[in-house]
Formats: sequence, C-alpha cells, structure tokens
Amino acid sequence: MAEFVMPTLGADMTEGTLVQWKKRIGDPIAKGEIIAEVDTEKAAIEVECHTSGIVEQLLTKPGDKVPVGTVMAIIREAGQPATTSAQPRNIAPQPVTPSRNPPVAKTAPASSSGTRLRISPAARKLAAERGIDPTGLQGTGPEGTITLDDVTRAATVAAGVGTVTTAAERQARMRQTIAAAMARSKREIPHYYLSTTIDMSRALAWLTTENGRRPVTERLLVSVLFIKAVALALRQVPELNALWKDGETVKSERIHIGTAISLRQGGLVAPALHDADRAGLGELMQRFQDLVKRARAGSLRSSELSDPTITVTSLGEQGVETVFGVIYPPQVALVGFGKVVERPWVANGLIVPRPVVTASLSADHRVSDGHRGGLFLAELDRLLQEPQSL
Amino acid sequence: MTTASSDAETRAQILRLLGDIAPEADLACLNPDVGFRDQLDLDSMDFLNFVVSLHKTFHIEIPETDYPKYMTLNGCVAQVAASRT
Repeated sequence: MAEFVMPTLGADMTEGTLVQWKKRIGDPIAKGEIIAEVDTEKAAIEVECHTSGIVEQLLTKPGDKVPVGTVMAIIREAGQPATTSAQPRNIAPQPVTPSRNPPVAKTAPASSSGTRLRISPAARKLAAERGIDPTGLQGTGPEGTITLDDVTRAATVAAGVGTVTTAAERQARMRQTIAAAMARSKREIPHYYLSTTIDMSRALAWLTTENGRRPVTERLLVSVLFIKAVALALRQVPELNALWKDGETVKSERIHIGTAISLRQGGLVAPALHDADRAGLGELMQRFQDLVKRARAGSLRSSELSDPTITVTSLGEQGVETVFGVIYPPQVALVGFGKVVERPWVANGLIVPRPVVTASLSADHRVSDGHRGGLFLAELDRLLQEPQSL
Repeated sequence: MTTASSDAETRAQILRLLGDIAPEADLACLNPDVGFRDQLDLDSMDFLNFVVSLHKTFHIEIPETDYPKYMTLNGCVAQVAASRT
C-alpha cells in the first residue's frame, strides 16, 4: 500500500485545502497522473500521484484543510491484494480546522468569524472562475453550505463586482507566503553576490536569423537562451544545483530550473522547467510558454512547484539592468538577468556599441564559494557566445 | 477592400485579443497611438502571444522585423487593413 500525503508545494507551506479529488475509489491511477486539486496560499494546484495502482481509500474530504504530510489517500500498488475488512487502516485525517462548523445558527454568514467556509467544490470552482467572493454569499444547502445555485445566482446578479475582493484576498495571501519564504531566506542563508556583463551580439544575431526561419508559433525568446545556458553551465558547477536540507547540501542529479513568473494581479511564482539541460530550445520555449500561461491561469502542477533546484529571474522587461535575487529556500542559488542594453564595448582595441546583459549569481555561502560562483558565470558567458550549441 | 466598418470590426477583434492577454486591463482607456506594451504592462512573451493570435485570427504573416509596426492599436489595424488590399 502506498500513501498519498499532502505535499509541500512551497518553502513555507504548512497546510493545504483539498478542493476536489480527480479520482474516485476503485479508479486506476498511473504515476504522474493528477489525483487531486489542492488550494495553497498561492494558487489551486493540480497534484500528481507518485505511485501507480488503484485508489483504495480517500481519507480527506473536499474542503478539508490538512497539514503537510497528512495521509490523504491510500493507493494499492499493482500486484497487491485489496485491503480486507480484517485489516482496517486506522488513519485519522488531521484537519487543521474542524471539518464541521460549530453548531451555530444554520444560516450564519460563513467564515466571517474565522470559521471555515462551507461551500461545495463545484460552487467554489465556479466562484473562483467568476471572480466571486463566496464569503459574502448566503448558503442555501445543508448546514448553510453554499451551493452551485447560490454562486450562479450571485454571478448573475453582480457580474464582476466580487472580482476585486477575491483578487485582493489572493494577493494578500500570496504576499504573506512570499514574505515568509524571503524572510526565512535572509534569516538563514548567508548570500554572496557576483555579477558579470556578457556580450550578447552573437546570441542576438543568431536569434534573429533563427526566428526569421521559424513560423511565428515557434519563435524563441532570449529568455529561453538564458534558461538553457544556465542549465548547461550548472553541469560544470553542480554544487549550485542543490538543496539545503537538515544542515547539509543535497546535490540534484537533475536540473529543474525554477522560472520566476510575475502574475498580472501581483505576486510571483517560480515553477520548474524540468530537465532544462536536456531539452532543445524549441521544446523548452513551448514548455516555457505553457508554464507562463498556466501560472497566470492558476493551474500549475505540484511537481512544478516542489521540484525546482535553482531559480532564474529576468527583470529586463521592466528596464532593470541588474538584479540580485533572494534565494528561494531550500535552493542554494539564484541567477538573475537584467535588460539587454546597448553599451560601449571594447573589442580588438576599438570601442564599439554592443548589446550586453548583466548576469548575476546569488548563492548560499554555506554550499559554495565565490571562486566556484565565478566559474559558473564565466561558463554562462562562454555558452552564450555559442548560441548555436545551446 | 477596406471600409470604415471593417476597420471598426478589426479594432474590436484586436481589443478582444489584447483582453485575453491582459484580462484585468481597462481597454477603454487605451491610447490607440501609443505603444500598448507599456500601457498594458505586456512582457515579451505576452507580446509574442499577441502576435501569434493576430496571425491566427487574421491569417497574416508577421516577420519579427515587422514587430515595431504592431506596437500600437492603430498600427495593428493599419497592418491588417493593408494585408487585405
């Protein structure tokens, strides 16, 4: 038997709310398939199952908030016999908040006093889609539960009015999550910072030619070159591609680049582009586009949030020339790129205008030293001079 | 053939495409002669997605070298109109 537990989907995630099960008891499930949708402080996340088998038990009810690590489901792995009633699993789900409201007045406005909102998963989903704040709704279902009908009615009456509240709430929660992770980073991680200016003339010329050949649907952005170059440079300085766990470095064999994506309503997420060193630029671009789209639509997968082994941030879009980032724990490094700008450059004894970019490295001094960090940036520079090999 | 009414239709379609990319933006306030990347806070991926949706909606080829012509609403309308002549 394998247990499916509430996963950690961020450095400071301590609990999550089950929005809905994507599988029913008795359903077969394959490793990597989505088993549940979980609501975290940042977004609703589709959570993948790490085992193949049959869904034997679902222990958490939609709407329940449980701590990270709580067993939420039991998966019977292929070849194992079904659990008989003689061997009952006695796993008590540990809801953080009571799964039932205290027996107050049946139509008490939900959640205004900190009690959990009673709302059906379908209603919750519709409310999120329509941007309606369900806390203001009067539930007509059992025990004042807000039903799909209630949300539909509200959506018809006040189309769009609730958007601001919901977005503002989500933003406030995301702000808190970012605050916790960044405060922990600055409290615990002794950062050191390095930067270098990289001549981008070869890379941009290559990109222009390459995009001239490509149909509009397959064109590349310079940020994909950066991501790929970082991934390849990490092979030379692998200690930057690691996690800090329980007082020691755990190097990662695989290179999953967390890409910082700003959300239009404010806040950011940094989901992973898995095995970025092994993907071609075209494939990486498609995956990057898909990732940005899903990040902004709020439909990321659990592995994308839990797997990054390093983060890349590009603030060049805002016109910033240099960014020194804050490492996202438990990662041990972050690479930043500023805007590509034209600057005087000395080549062969002549001053010429060249497009250049400032690349920076923020790294954990417990794990690596400035010398190795410098080698990493030098390797990054070298790789960007040979864009055709990326 | 380009008429005032088909230009208005094109404009409405382009605004819809922009709305898909920047759903929170108030497109009524968009200045049609000023680049919308800054007005709508579009990054390079947003702009690429916009160019792709223009390509799919109006069946026009947009080489990367022509991107500057598509930076404003009026510029886009003019390019679409020109592609029909």
